[in-house]
Amino acid sequence: MNAPQPVIDVRGLTKIFGDKTVVKGLDMRVNQGEIFGFLGPNGSGKTTFIRMLCGLLKPDAGSGTCLGFDIASQNDRIKPHIGYMTQRFSHYEDLTVRENLLFIGRIYGVPDLDRAVAACIERMSLGRYEHQLAGSLSGGWKQRLALSACTLHSPRLLLLDEPTAGVDPGARRDFWDEVHKLAATGVTALITTHYMDEAERCHRLAYIAYGDLLADGTAEELIAQAQLLTYAVSGPGLSPLGERLKELPGVDQVAVFGTNLHVSGRDGEALERSLAPFMAEPLTFRRIPTTLEEVFINLMQQGRKA
Amino acid sequence: MNASGVFSWRRFKAVVAKEFVQMRRDRLTFAMLVVMPLMQLVLFGYAINSDPRHLPTAVLSADNSIFSRSVTAAMRNSEYFDILRVVTTRAEAEDLLRTGTAQFVLTIPEDFGTKILRGEKPVLLLEADATDPSATSNAVGAFKEAVRRALDRDLAGAFGNLASSDMAVDLRIHAEYNPEAITQYNIVPGLMGTILTLTLVMITALAITRETERGTMENLLSTPVSPLEVMIGKILPYILVGYIQMTLIMLATRFLFNVPMHGSLVLIYSLSVLFIAANLTIGVTFSTLARNQLQALQMSIFFFMPSMLLTGFMFPFRGMPAWAQVVGSILPLTHYLRLVRGILLKGDGLEQSLTHVWPMALIWLAAVVLGTIFFRRTLD
Repeated sequence: MNAPQPVIDVRGLTKIFGDKTVVKGLDMRVNQGEIFGFLGPNGSGKTTFIRMLCGLLKPDAGSGTCLGFDIASQNDRIKPHIGYMTQRFSHYEDLTVRENLLFIGRIYGVPDLDRAVAACIERMSLGRYEHQLAGSLSGGWKQRLALSACTLHSPRLLLLDEPTAGVDPGARRDFWDEVHKLAATGVTALITTHYMDEAERCHRLAYIAYGDLLADGTAEELIAQAQLLTYAVSGPGLSPLGERLKELPGVDQVAVFGTNLHVSGRDGEALERSLAPFMAEPLTFRRIPTTLEEVFINLMQQGRKA
Repeated sequence: MNASGVFSWRRFKAVVAKEFVQMRRDRLTFAMLVVMPLMQLVLFGYAINSDPRHLPTAVLSADNSIFSRSVTAAMRNSEYFDILRVVTTRAEAEDLLRTGTAQFVLTIPEDFGTKILRGEKPVLLLEADATDPSATSNAVGAFKEAVRRALDRDLAGAFGNLASSDMAVDLRIHAEYNPEAITQYNIVPGLMGTILTLTLVMITALAITRETERGTMENLLSTPVSPLEVMIGKILPYILVGYIQMTLIMLATRFLFNVPMHGSLVLIYSLSVLFIAANLTIGVTFSTLARNQLQALQMSIFFFMPSMLLTGFMFPFRGMPAWAQVVGSILPLTHYLRLVRGILLKGDGLEQSLTHVWPMALIWLAAVVLGTIFFRRTLD
């Protein structure tokens, strides 16, 4: 087996709206069959980046290839092979589920369309809603329809923009199982999300904040790169405690996790020195392995400072 | 699977099929498209068709013969004219006309009666405030008839030797403020083009902006579909709607307004496709420029105004200043009005109609080109 084929390979991709640089010189490489998680706060440029990949926006600077075709000049060659699922439901609400799929299938020229649509409806368990107007579906079923529509033509690259926002956990699980099944057949997927459990299901992750790419790698790599030491605190009066801890040297961030407070810092010694005076009844302090979530909160704060 | 290409028949058919389903689902809009032309036609048609009578008339008379008395009596009897007052100076008469107090001023010259008896054909002048020509045209027609009859009767009785097939007087009618009088037959066929312009430009102007507004454009743009396929695919179903509207209007024109139809219906139906397509394409072009449906709607109304005013529908084309004629001639309605009036009223055939057809074809082509250029392939 040769070196993995890059499906997305872009350098210095930049997009400017007015006087605002939304994406700043982004480099990214995604290999074939990878599920690539794309994270970052709202308005950080994730959607803009995806739109540049599929030809919906013209980059102001930078270059690269998508599926081996130039993103600036060979859009027409790229489009037939990508499946783009927009953040907002973008199928026809006044068409039925089946009519929407037929339309998309005809646009892409899917061979033996009737059977393909029937199979797709079967696979995604959409049978019950086949003849219902898309506009009358609930959020989870709309999302299922959208995923069906963007996979109907067997694309080689899926660009999924917050596909599971506002969807219940069961539907989210089904959705990810579906994506993993597709990836196993060689389909590459670039997925944006805000959910940590979803980030953990990606092969590789990138974190973008305010146009800058802050981190890129596997979940383990990201956690290792962050070099954070984290303590979990439990006990009474955590809110005021959190406010006080934030001010102390060595404490980079304090975040509430359920009934716990997670206190993290890059400078382990300074952190422990600051926390020492508080380590007494009724509070309990526990050193815990840093999770992705702490890493991302940390990255977000860095992004804001930058 | 053929990936690229400006136009693919398969994708085009997909867009058309989708549009038909959407059109069928949108019952309210479809009903509006059918009901609106009829309503407009009835409202416009009857308002214009009204045959106003008892129009205020001033008489500037310098004669007091039996003839001048019988002319004014005949006018009154026609019911079109109410003799408001008799004035003695020209200035007074002009003032009444200008202020609109009088719709007509009849000027009877000095020695009117004597001149008739001498066979000198005195001039009888009727000045009309033809600001609204449809308000005066019937009265003007009635005037001629009333004067002729009155004088014939008088002459036949007392002065039989003077009665002849010729008019005993020289009737002159000045339609002030509007040199060309439009008859109502002119207007009802014209309404067809006007109504088609309003509804068809609007319906497609909304079509693409609706996709943008509902977010479906983002999805459409990420597929291999081309601008031309989307544009023409959206236009085709509405050509059918245009024909349904046309048929309704034609039926109403014939049976509600009894407008005579001299020319060939086949000709009018087959040539109308250009006009319908041109309007639909202009609508699509607007929708590629507008950011939302409200803007699209405003643009269609912006287009509708000159179409009403500068095409010869409301005001005679030749009466407009040169610049307005230039603007008018790039509007498809100008040419369609001539086409429809030519075929319906004059019985024009294909040969005479072609002069009005090629400008419409040109406008359509220009709209297709502009629409394709302006169609946003990206979300930039």
